[in-house]
Amino acid sequence: MSSERAASAEPARRAGPRPPVKATLTPRERYLPLAISVVSTVVVFGVAWRVITSAENWDLIQRQFFDLEAMRASLPQVFSGFLVNMTVWVVSLVVIAVLGIVIAIFRSLTGPWAAPLRVFAVVYIDLLRGTPSILLVLLFGLGVPALQLPGLTSSRLFWGSVALVLGYTAYTSEVYRSGIEAVPDGQRAAAKALGLTQWQTLRYSILPQAVRNVIPALLNLAVALQKDVALLSVIGAREAVREAQIFTARTFNFSSYIVATVLFLLATIPMARLTDWVTRRDQERRLQRTL
Amino acid sequence: MSTPRVAIDDLTKYYGQTLVLDEVFLDVDEHEVVCLIGASGSGKSTLLRCINQLVPFDHGQIRLDGVAIDDPSFGKTGLRQRIGIVFQAYNLFPHMHVLDNVTLAPRKVHGVGKRDAEARAHELLGLLDMDGFALKYPEQLSGGQQQRVAIVRALATNPDVLLLDEVTAALDPELIGGVLDVIRDLKSQGMTMMIVTHEMGFARDVADRVCFLEEGRILEEAPPEQLLSDPQHPSTRRFLQRIIEAGRL
Repeated sequence: MSSERAASAEPARRAGPRPPVKATLTPRERYLPLAISVVSTVVVFGVAWRVITSAENWDLIQRQFFDLEAMRASLPQVFSGFLVNMTVWVVSLVVIAVLGIVIAIFRSLTGPWAAPLRVFAVVYIDLLRGTPSILLVLLFGLGVPALQLPGLTSSRLFWGSVALVLGYTAYTSEVYRSGIEAVPDGQRAAAKALGLTQWQTLRYSILPQAVRNVIPALLNLAVALQKDVALLSVIGAREAVREAQIFTARTFNFSSYIVATVLFLLATIPMARLTDWVTRRDQERRLQRTL
Repeated sequence: MSTPRVAIDDLTKYYGQTLVLDEVFLDVDEHEVVCLIGASGSGKSTLLRCINQLVPFDHGQIRLDGVAIDDPSFGKTGLRQRIGIVFQAYNLFPHMHVLDNVTLAPRKVHGVGKRDAEARAHELLGLLDMDGFALKYPEQLSGGQQQRVAIVRALATNPDVLLLDEVTAALDPELIGGVLDVIRDLKSQGMTMMIVTHEMGFARDVADRVCFLEEGRILEEAPPEQLLSDPQHPSTRRFLQRIIEAGRL
């Protein structure tokens, strides 16, 4: 409506060349490609399905992996384990996000008095990033409870989670650092010139820009962690994979693993889509800025 | 004779093995406007950056009202609270809107309350015809508008000296005039300024004194009408000749 009014308010405006007319498609042109896509997809997957299910051992496979009865029976157990996964994941994410930024700041500090912090950050990142996650989980999850330190919990789940947090913090801090280094020097100069201290410069100018730069990369790590929480099963923490394992050991049926798989996919696929979306939006934002 | 506002005394600076400032002497009095001209790489911008300690220098001294700029009495940030600088690339904070850009230093460095800082910011933005953009983000503004915001940001801390480093060099030609007008207004209000510029017409207009730099030395220093119309040093003559050929005078 407002556009109509605007148009009539400027009758003198030169018409100019017309915008290109959107070609009108016949139903045939519009729907034929879609129909071909659907039919060909159905045919290909249908044939594949036939081939797989006509295999000699298909019955055995179905019974071992896709036994609906076993799935139903294992679901409550596996799902309660999966809630443990999700809890560990969410809590760890928060801790990692904070610790990662602290280590990244340590590493990017300048000045001789900050040398111990810088050295600590470098050694920490080298050690923790260079060690396989499963080793960290075993070391902390079994090792620390075995010490029976007074005043500290002996929960394997807790110490295994600590291992994951420490390992992922090393990765995350490197991601933050790349974001910090990507902020143009002029931003530092401007903040300095205004009289901001080194800390204020970081706090108000550098970090907000750095974090925004690396949000897609951080989300990627979050997806990876979502799956790596399953490593806690090796120290006997009763999370989804461990519960599925217990069920399998009792029934000699692997369908509980499929249940766990589906639960993980239900969580990771939306996260991956979210990451894609954020990444795309971020790219568009940068593109706009350079244009 | 009164103490100059800025006194540069025998200033020498190397970048690695390259000599960029070679025994520079220059005094700038209160309310005085000094333009620095010269080819790129002649040390003009480095000279400005030495004055507010954005880069260190190797030898010599800079004094602000008679006090050496590395004097402990300035504290960590005191010097920069009294000297404002505007950069060629604006360097606004992209994640903050205009008002936050302008009020950040008054609030966090000078301890001004939010309401007072914002009132002052609106006042300054109004003077530069930018008040309508207070809640816009830098990327929503044209280069000329961004540069005016950068000037407001530098002024918001009430500096004693304003350093301007090729502030129109990144602007489209039709946007330059507006920014230069702002600087002329600042001069009429008595702001002490040191201006690095390639706009000779503007230098003639606004400067009390023009200094020509080559290879880190001030080769010639005179009132603008004299230096620009009747340069004494052959290098100055050559430089101005090239500028005229490029149609910039």
